[in-house]
Amino acid sequence: MNGPLAVVQDCLRAENPVALATVIELAPAAGGVTDGAGLEPTAGGVTDGVSGGRPLPPLGAKLVVRPDHEPMGSLGDPDLDRVVIRDIQGALAGGQSVIRRYGPRGEVGRSDVTVFIEVFAPPRRMLIFGAVDFTAALVRVAKVLGYHVTVCDARPVFATPARFPEADDVVADWPHRHLAKVADQLGPEDAICVLTHDHKFDVPALIAALETKVGYLGAMGSRGTHEGRVARLLAEGVGPDAIRRIMAPIGIDIGARTPEETAVSICAEIISLRTGATAPSLRDGTGPIHHGVS
Amino acid sequence: MKDVLDDIERWQGAGHRVALARVVDVIGSGPRAPGAAMAVNDRGEVAGSVSGGCVEGAVVAEALDVLVQGEPRLCTFGYSDEEAYAVGLTCGGTIRIFVEPLDS
Repeated sequence: MNGPLAVVQDCLRAENPVALATVIELAPAAGGVTDGAGLEPTAGGVTDGVSGGRPLPPLGAKLVVRPDHEPMGSLGDPDLDRVVIRDIQGALAGGQSVIRRYGPRGEVGRSDVTVFIEVFAPPRRMLIFGAVDFTAALVRVAKVLGYHVTVCDARPVFATPARFPEADDVVADWPHRHLAKVADQLGPEDAICVLTHDHKFDVPALIAALETKVGYLGAMGSRGTHEGRVARLLAEGVGPDAIRRIMAPIGIDIGARTPEETAVSICAEIISLRTGATAPSLRDGTGPIHHGVS
Repeated sequence: MKDVLDDIERWQGAGHRVALARVVDVIGSGPRAPGAAMAVNDRGEVAGSVSGGCVEGAVVAEALDVLVQGEPRLCTFGYSDEEAYAVGLTCGGTIRIFVEPLDS
């Protein structure tokens, strides 16, 4: 592989953002319309279209844009390149692939050249605190969903890569100390799952997690466990509004029992919070979180 | 496209020519979002997917033809497309797929 796709591949492997713009459609050769620029339409080749006397880029022409790098490639016209690069940078910032249409020199309001701008955002991150059986299952489901997954536990005997081979990182440290190092890398697309259900670990972890901008913060444990946790958080000076950010008991109400089922329940809750779709969260129900033995 | 790049690299490394098909537009209900990709090599081997299964076969045929003709093309699949009716999307939407031969 070479050229633009190789650059995209390198960025994906390094989990860096990148966007690829491709010319996917050209207006049919303009029917005798010229703008006086002196360029005669060339004989109607499929890939060398002409519009308004201006040559159009070939179908499939590509531009690659990475933050903090010079753009790579060209659509054949410096004015068109400039306008498309600006739109690619906008798409990168917004994290959304888009289709844009331009005139031969990047004019807006025309549709001689259609460009597909494909944005490759870095993977969302999931931090899992607590190295237990539920963690191993959650790592696997999160990897299926494309997350970059970090497992963190203060106990080195449990926080080992051998126990979590699918995890991207396994960190033997106190969760709140690890969070202090990575908090500024976390944003609304990311998730923190606190599975320790041991107040000694999860109270400082939750206090630190509430300082981050993660879009999802869940904590495992029964309603009783969470009541005790809330009391401790309040005693530590955490406000009720902050505590309401915590999804606990963790997960949506699908009657999950096994570590694997619970992992699905947690990831379903993360997806539904992100998309805004309604799924019944255990937090919003009453009564025991297990539905009896099935 | 992420999921097909490794296959493309491997195929090209083995001397095969490869066509890439990408969903670039979804109108109405469609199974896969823009960016979903399928790669097809000159032996007819396939990686990735561009739909829920309903147009995969037709896209493979387009990709193999693109490898022969050597020019990219934009294909439209949907209920409204008479010709594509037989391989249209059961969900009633329309998808546009850009199919291109890759430089080796």
